[in-house]
Amino acid sequence: MIAAVLGKKVGMTRLFDPKGASVSVTLVEAGPCTVLAVRSKDVHRYDGVQLGFDEVKASRSKLPAIGHARKANTTPKRFIREIRLTEPTDVKQGDIVTVEQFETRGIGYVDVIGMTRGFGFQGVMKRHHFGGQPGSHGTERKHRSPGGIGAMAGDRGRGRSIKKGKKMAGHMGADRRTARNQRLIQIDKDKNLLAIEGAIPGPRGGYVVIRESKTKKSKAKA
Amino acid sequence: MRNRLIQAVEASHQKSSKTQFVIGDTVEVGVRIVEGDKERVQPFIGVVIGQRGAGTSATFTVRRIVNNEGVERTFPSHSPRVAHIEVIRHGKVRRSKLYFLRDRVGKARKLAERREITGEATPEKPPAGHKPRAAELASV
Repeated sequence: MIAAVLGKKVGMTRLFDPKGASVSVTLVEAGPCTVLAVRSKDVHRYDGVQLGFDEVKASRSKLPAIGHARKANTTPKRFIREIRLTEPTDVKQGDIVTVEQFETRGIGYVDVIGMTRGFGFQGVMKRHHFGGQPGSHGTERKHRSPGGIGAMAGDRGRGRSIKKGKKMAGHMGADRRTARNQRLIQIDKDKNLLAIEGAIPGPRGGYVVIRESKTKKSKAKA
Repeated sequence: MRNRLIQAVEASHQKSSKTQFVIGDTVEVGVRIVEGDKERVQPFIGVVIGQRGAGTSATFTVRRIVNNEGVERTFPSHSPRVAHIEVIRHGKVRRSKLYFLRDRVGKARKLAERREITGEATPEKPPAGHKPRAAELASV
């Protein structure tokens, strides 16, 4: 099986572990996902599966989306992502992927991939945590400005241009981010819920990809 | 309104029977303490000065005076480390947060005792058949 599932962020709460310590968790409504397509090395030069999650009314879908879903004997999906695999899979088109696999495979840590909240065009104080300029002592109309940007610093002091990557005001958020090695606290097969320790990218209701942690190996759960 | 999925998950982490207490009550909180492999329950007695949150995130704060020094402890209401809660005395208060107690010294810290038992008819509720005073005056 593939150790990944698509989900929707529900919100955060706290749960208690067996020792009585409180653990802050994010709940994710994950799956059931339908395998919309299977990618194989022979045909597509890589192995993988395309998963679809969350129903869309057929009347609100474009015909190509309906046709694509029909190949897997299902209805159109709102959130579709491909999961790369290192080796060929025995999963068939139209199969259902649920959170149960996390339990049967004893997965303890996951990576959560999502889009962060979009903040639009933001200044340096919010975007890069700059300190801003003094509130008084002669400062006029530039209390939140970045200050000097090192006009001579680029090109080893010969001036001409600003250093690449200089932190400035600009678009903030709405980036793809991966929260790595988040501990899986609870799996609810009936309600298709995962409780993941800590925060994950995106707003409530945002779509996320949850996969087995790439770096942290899971200890087999008792 | 809290999310129903969150509520469903929280349900298994909540205590089914909770001791009823209100702000201003003097309570004994049994705190489970693990020392090595031994576990014991330590009592913490004080006045409930506040409650906040809902579901598993709900907490309450108890204030007491230890060696002439104010001590406040905030407990998660559903924490397994809270072994028991026992109401010792009802305090008569009109506020939901008793932070004013922090500024009080000596005898002024004491809250007047409320005599009626919690759960029974509250004095704010008019008894059955009670006519509002305004209607009475209008009929004259």
